[in-house]
Amino acid sequence: MDKMPKWADAVLVPLFSLILAALLSALVILAIGEDPIAAFKLMVNGALMRSAGWGYTLYYATNFIFTGLAVSVAFHARLFNIGGEGQAMLGGLGVAMACLYIPWPHWALALLGSATLAALFGAAWALIPAYLQAKRGSHVVITTIMFNYIAFSLLGYMLVNVLRPPGAGDPASEKFHASTHLPTFQDMFATPDNPLFRSAPANVSFFLALAACVFVYILIWRTRLGYEIRHFGHSQTAALYAGTNGTRITVIAMLISGALAGLMAVNTTQGEAERLILNSTEGAGFIGIAVALMGRNHPFGVLLAALLFGFLYQGGAELALWTTIPVQLIMVIQALVILFTGALDNMVRMPLEKLFLALRKDTPSKNGETL
Amino acid sequence: MEFITIIQVLDSTLRLSTPLLLACLAGLYSERAGIFDIGLEGKMLIAALFSAAVAYTSGNVWVGMLAGIGASLALSLIHGLASITFRGNQLISGVAINFLASGMSVLVAQSWFKQGGRTPSLKGDARFEPIELPGALTRIRDIAEANPLMQVYSELISGHTIIVYLSLLLVPLTWWVLFRTRFGLRMRAVGENPAAVDTAGVSVVWLRFSAVLICGVLCGIAGAYLATALQAQFVKEMTAGRGFIALAALIFAKWRPWSALWACLLFGLLQAIAVRFQNIQVGEFTIPVQFMEALPYILTVVILAGFIGKAIPPRAGGEPYVKER
Repeated sequence: MDKMPKWADAVLVPLFSLILAALLSALVILAIGEDPIAAFKLMVNGALMRSAGWGYTLYYATNFIFTGLAVSVAFHARLFNIGGEGQAMLGGLGVAMACLYIPWPHWALALLGSATLAALFGAAWALIPAYLQAKRGSHVVITTIMFNYIAFSLLGYMLVNVLRPPGAGDPASEKFHASTHLPTFQDMFATPDNPLFRSAPANVSFFLALAACVFVYILIWRTRLGYEIRHFGHSQTAALYAGTNGTRITVIAMLISGALAGLMAVNTTQGEAERLILNSTEGAGFIGIAVALMGRNHPFGVLLAALLFGFLYQGGAELALWTTIPVQLIMVIQALVILFTGALDNMVRMPLEKLFLALRKDTPSKNGETL
Repeated sequence: MEFITIIQVLDSTLRLSTPLLLACLAGLYSERAGIFDIGLEGKMLIAALFSAAVAYTSGNVWVGMLAGIGASLALSLIHGLASITFRGNQLISGVAINFLASGMSVLVAQSWFKQGGRTPSLKGDARFEPIELPGALTRIRDIAEANPLMQVYSELISGHTIIVYLSLLLVPLTWWVLFRTRFGLRMRAVGENPAAVDTAGVSVVWLRFSAVLICGVLCGIAGAYLATALQAQFVKEMTAGRGFIALAALIFAKWRPWSALWACLLFGLLQAIAVRFQNIQVGEFTIPVQFMEALPYILTVVILAGFIGKAIPPRAGGEPYVKER
């Protein structure tokens, strides 16, 4: 028996979690001695009321779409890929390889090349944890955490000893060649008399992210492989009995997940920084967890949740600029969202389920069926 | 390499191992009772902030440490609530706790002290001072000229803060609690087969909560050690992945107290070597400092892969206990 209609599960539970998180965050802002309503207005103004604000919001959202999709594809196979951060770092390395060592004639070809390498590198970084989970039974959460730290050290080594141009101080690669620079929203949409998206970092990879949403939707709900992934995630024993190869599904789901996380680097490294830097991921790999939980592992939900977090990140930056509220407030909101939608899910769900059951008792169904 | 250099590296190993050991034992209690805890990092971080902040305002490091333990316990309670009471996903709860601590520690530090998310430097009674054992030499010059035995005594054994000695004592204590007391037996049982414990009439919820709270206390001490003994203030993200190294050490030690001590000393040694030597020359070949930093994680993956011995976690770990299905 369904305790709650599907729409309530998909909409009301995340919504209530979000409201709870917002209320608690408002209390935090009050405790700092600022006005939460004024702070919210400032966030909306900074992130949504100007096109440049949208340019930043969409830039952040692009990262979160990729990492959110990465986490949710793994979730469908009941694998918790916490290693999006490391996979995105390796993706960055792939983008840098593509942009530094191949003379691309046009940005579109460069995008194709760098996206391929980013996905390959990200997937490769997910391969060992996936294999160990499938074959040796080592928990994928622990191995992917370890791989995040190994990736950070590897990236540090590559930047300091290999990619850093001679004589340069900071650990970063050379600037990429101009032919690889991706068109920003300003290049695409601004006209001389209507200067939209001025110096905002949103770029063409946003559309790549939208395409990734469609790809994941088709993969998960319209292909045999997607069905197998979901089947395996719902009931491992049933899937194995039905003839699904568990090792294959685990490895493939993690490879796709890693590739999606790696693709994030196209946006940050090629689209924004135009060189490889040490901290280009900025924790987006972890935000993917919040985005996937909030978006209920559906690409459309992930898109909405990524936009929400993009708004939070841009709004948070505005807050840090104009008030005494540090940018870490966003991290607190993010933690609360993960807590309520992920770990304390039952706390939000149980009262809602009771409410729906009570409503159903009050209105007996027409045919007089017993529920 | 001179003898005194080796002694100095071992001395700093001991200091760097202490927070790892405390956090590792914390995780040991929690995971032995069947509650995975990847929030060790966050609990240490929030404890580091509150211990430094309260030690600074009160001028007393012990009061500071109590505040740190209190903050860490608060996060433990959230973890317990999510993973025991509401039967949520323990891993996701741990992730949330890490973010909550990262964000809240800077928010609180910034709104109390307005120094860019750090606390002012601690002096005098506001931090743990090293304890000089009787007869130990204190001046570096005297130590360098003394005989090797005296060097070991003065440099390596003497001159640590009380928490270092305390954490070493915790290893046999934890072993005793786990393997020689009724509470320990029940705690291990609840991590392996909670239904059996429940059938015997012992409360699974109570046992798991007490394990989670012990974990909170130990993480609190670890955080206080970082901010008031190893360093003399709180700075943003000062745990720097130590909670995860501790987690790695716990797996490396296969959830056993004495092995945990050796694993933490090993990982502390790697940190001490990385701090002191940066890149190491071995003949033609240079070992980069990043490799030393990554080594604990690489070793853990190798152990997890089961090629050198097998690390088998407590059987009921990560599973919420439901009385009736």
